[in-house]
Amino acid sequence: MPSSVSANQPFDLNGLKNSAEEIVTLAKAEGASAVETSLSIGRGLSVNARQGEVETIEHHRDQGVGITVYMGKKKGFASTTDLKQQSIKETVKAACAIAHYATEDEFSGLPDKDLLATSFPDLSVYHPWAISADQAVKQAIECEAEALSYDAEITNSEGASVSTFDGIRVLANSHGFVHGYPATRHSLSCSVIGEREGNMQRDYWYAVSRNPQNLENAASVGAKAAERTIARLGSQGLSTRKCPVMFSAEISSGFIGHFISAIRGGNLYRKSTFLMDSLDTKVFPSFVRMHEQPHLLEALGSSTYDAEGVVTKPRDIVTDGIVQGYVLSSYSARKLGMQTTANAGGVHNLTVESGELGFNDMLKNMDTGLLVTELMGQGVNTLTGDYSRGAAGFWVEKGIIQYPVEEITIAGNLKDMFQGIVAIGNDVDLRGNTRTGSILINEMTIAGQ
Amino acid sequence: MSDLIQQVTSTILEPVGLTMADIDKVMAQMQGRAIDQADMYFQCSHSESWVLEDSIVKEGSYNIEQGVGIRAVSGEKTGFAYSEDLTQANLMDAAQSVRAIANVGEQSITKFSGKQQAKPLYAAIDPLETLSRGDKVALLKRIDQQTRQLDPRVEQVIISLIGVHEAILIATDDGQLHADIRPLVRMNVSVIVEQNGKREQGASGGGSRQGYDYFLAEDRAMSYAKEAVRLAIVNLDSVAAPAGNMTVVLGSGWPGILLHEAVGHGLEGDFNRKGSSAFSGLVGEKVASPLCTVVDDGTLLNRRGSLTIDDEGVPSQCTTLIENGILKGYMQDRMNARLMGEQSTGNGRRESYAHLPMPRMTNTYMLAGKSDPAEIISSVKDGLYAVNFGGGQVDITSGKFVFSASEAYLIENGKITTPVKGATLIGSGTEVLNKVSMVGNDLALDSGVGTCGKEGQSVPVGVGQPTLKIDDLTVGGTNA
Repeated sequence: MPSSVSANQPFDLNGLKNSAEEIVTLAKAEGASAVETSLSIGRGLSVNARQGEVETIEHHRDQGVGITVYMGKKKGFASTTDLKQQSIKETVKAACAIAHYATEDEFSGLPDKDLLATSFPDLSVYHPWAISADQAVKQAIECEAEALSYDAEITNSEGASVSTFDGIRVLANSHGFVHGYPATRHSLSCSVIGEREGNMQRDYWYAVSRNPQNLENAASVGAKAAERTIARLGSQGLSTRKCPVMFSAEISSGFIGHFISAIRGGNLYRKSTFLMDSLDTKVFPSFVRMHEQPHLLEALGSSTYDAEGVVTKPRDIVTDGIVQGYVLSSYSARKLGMQTTANAGGVHNLTVESGELGFNDMLKNMDTGLLVTELMGQGVNTLTGDYSRGAAGFWVEKGIIQYPVEEITIAGNLKDMFQGIVAIGNDVDLRGNTRTGSILINEMTIAGQ
Repeated sequence: MSDLIQQVTSTILEPVGLTMADIDKVMAQMQGRAIDQADMYFQCSHSESWVLEDSIVKEGSYNIEQGVGIRAVSGEKTGFAYSEDLTQANLMDAAQSVRAIANVGEQSITKFSGKQQAKPLYAAIDPLETLSRGDKVALLKRIDQQTRQLDPRVEQVIISLIGVHEAILIATDDGQLHADIRPLVRMNVSVIVEQNGKREQGASGGGSRQGYDYFLAEDRAMSYAKEAVRLAIVNLDSVAAPAGNMTVVLGSGWPGILLHEAVGHGLEGDFNRKGSSAFSGLVGEKVASPLCTVVDDGTLLNRRGSLTIDDEGVPSQCTTLIENGILKGYMQDRMNARLMGEQSTGNGRRESYAHLPMPRMTNTYMLAGKSDPAEIISSVKDGLYAVNFGGGQVDITSGKFVFSASEAYLIENGKITTPVKGATLIGSGTEVLNKVSMVGNDLALDSGVGTCGKEGQSVPVGVGQPTLKIDDLTVGGTNA
C-alpha cells in the first residue's frame, strides 16, 4: 500500500488503484454483496504574510480512504486516515459490522452498471505549481503590500496568503469500476482593514484556479481587497423599507445555491423543500436558464463522473424559467422513482446564463435600491422558502452608488425572490462551482434602524 | 509518568512503533535560541454516527482519524506541518520544514517527562463502548416510534446519534508531556409536521462529554423528541415576523449565542493582538450595561465546551471577560499571550492535528441577574420574545453580528402572544450589551449542541445566559 509521499514527486496512481481493488476484494471476502471505495492522497503548502513579514508557513499531507459496503440491501460505511494494510483491513471489517446492524433499505445500492463512466477525457485539472515556500511568501508579501499602499485609510491587515494543493483520488466499486486522476487547486487571497473616524471595516478578495498561470496576479488581488475595504468606510444604517435588491456576482452563487438545495434529491424525498413537485413548473421568469457544464477544461467543478462513478453529461436544469431536472444521486433517484442525474457529491460547473447588462447597467436598471455585497448568518429555510439574513452593501439612487450601508437585514420568501428576478448581469464570477453574474430582484423587505 | 499519559502513549505511539526517544529527537530539531515555542500534537480519534430516517436505520459510519501536527513559533512567525503517516522519518522531515521559520541556532536536547496536573473534567471513557450496537439501533427505533405517537401531524422523523473518542498527546517545548482523553456524544431529533398542506420543521438535541447513557438518563432522548415536535407545531401557526427596531427579550440558555457572537469572538486574543477587533484596546472600558457579567468557563463538569487541558496542554479556567459592564480581558492561547505580555487562559484550541491552534471559546455565558423572567416580559409594551435560535455570525472588525431566531413570539402589552416565523436579528457587538436593561435570575446553559467555526476550524462549544431584555435590536422579518 502506498503510505508515504515526498514533495514534488508524482503520486503513485497505480499503487492507489491497486489498493482500491484490494479493498473491494477484501470486503467481498468479508461477505459484502457490493462495495464502493474512495482513496485520496494529497499534499499542500500554504503561507500567510502580514505587515510585510511571513506569519505562517504550513505544509500539509493528507490521506484517507472511505469504504461503503452493502450486505444485500443493508449499508455500512467506515473511513480512516491510516492507509496501512492492517488499518484498511480493520476499516473494511468496521464497515461490514455497521451494515450488519443497519436496516434493509430497498432503495440502497451501487448505481446501475450501465450508467458508470467508461471513457475518461482529460479535463486539464492537473497543473502543479512548482513554488517554494520562500517564493510563496514573496508573492503574499507583494499582494499585501499592494493593499497596504492603496490608500492612507488602509490602516491594518489580516494578511495575504498563497496556497497550493495537489492530490489524487481513486474511486472503485464492485461493478469493476476503478479510476483515478490527479487534480490541483491554487489560491491567493488578501484581507485588509480600513479606518475612518474611529470605525473599522474589513474586506477581502481572492483568486482561485486549477492552473497557476491563470491565477489573478498578487498585486491585482491586493488592490481589489483594499478597494473593497475603502468602499465600506463610512457605512450607515438604513431605515426599514421595501425596495429592489441586487446581489453582487460573488454572492449570487449562494442565492442560486438555495435553488439547487431545494431541488436536491435528499430534500425532495424527505419532502423538506418548498419546491416539491417543481419539475416542469415555472419557478423563474422566462429568460432564466441554468445548465451544468461538467466537461469544461480547467474548471473547478469539472469531472467526467460523479462521486459514485456515474458519467456526467452537460444538461439543462432550468430553461425558459421551467425546471427541467432535479439534482439526484442514485439513492435519491430510486426513492423518487427516477434516474440519477450524476449529482452524487453536487453539481458540476452550474452556469446561469447572463443577460446583456454589465454591472453598472444592472445598477441603472435597478435605479433606486440596495446593492448587497455581503450576507451574514444562515437564515434560510428550505422547507418553507423563508429567507432572512444580515446584509451589508450600498444604497443606490438613479443607478449610482450613494453610500455604504450595514447592520441591516433583507427578508422575503425564496419562491417570490426567484419569480421576482428582473435581470442577471454578465459580470460573471468564475471562481466557484456556480457561475453567475449579479442578480437583480424586484423587491425585498429591508429592516434597519 | 501519570496513568493517563501512559494510556494515551500506548494508544497513539505504540501501534505505529514510535517511542519517547523519537519525540525527544524530533523536538530537539525544533529547539534553539530563535524558537520561542514549539510543540507536537498527536491525535487519535475514532467516531461513529447512526442515522434513522423513514423509520429505518439507514446508515451508520465509523471513522478513524490519526495524525500529528508539528509547530515551531518564532516571534509572530509560525512554521507548521502535519502528517497522517506517523513514521519517525516523516516526523523528522516535518520538524525540518517547520524550523525553517526561524534561523535556528545550536540545538538543545530535551528529555521529555510527563506529569498530569489538571483534574479531569470528564471520565477517560470510550463512549462508543457504552452501548452495544444493537442497543444504539434499538434506541433510535424506540424514539422514532414514540415520536410518531406524540402527534398525528408528525410526517417525518430523522434521528442521529454521534459518539467520539479522542485521545491527544502534546509534547511542549518546556519538556512536558500532556495527555487528554475527550469523550463526546451528541443526539439530535428533527421532525416535519403537516397540517392542511402546510409543512413545518422542528429540531432539538443535546450532548455531553459522557457515554450514551446520558441520553437514557432522565429520559433525555425523548425530551429532545417532544421539544422538536412542539417547535414544529408552534411554527404551523406562525405569522410573518416584524421588520425593524424594537425591544427584544431573549430566553435563557441557547439564546446565549448572542454573547458568543456579539462579544465572544471579538474578545479572542489573536484579533486584539493584531488590532483587528472592534474591542481592541478597550480593556478597562465600559462595553456593557452594569447588569452584565460574562465569563468563558472551560471547567464545567462533562460539558460539551469543557476541556481538562486545552490543545496546548494548558489547564482550562474560568475567565471573566466582562464584569459589571467593564471589559476585563481577552481569551488567550500561548502565542498571543506571550506577544501581548499576558498568560494563556487555557483557550488555545484546534480542530485537529491538521490545524494550527488559536484562541477559541469554551463555554461562554452571562451570570444571573435579579429580575424575575415574568416581570421582564410584562415590562415590554411591544416587542419580540425570541427563545430558540439557529446559527449566528459576526464580523469582528465592524462588530456587526447576526443570530437567527427559529422560535419567537410577539409581546403585546406585556403578554406573549402570536408566534412569528424565523427571522435574523442584527446588532453591533460594542453597543448591544449597553442596551441590556433587565437580566433574569434564571441562568441556564444550552443542552450541549454548539459548534463554533473560525477560519475554517470547527470546535465544540457551549453558551448560556439568563432571560435578557435588550431595549433596541433590529429584527429582520418581512412585515415592514
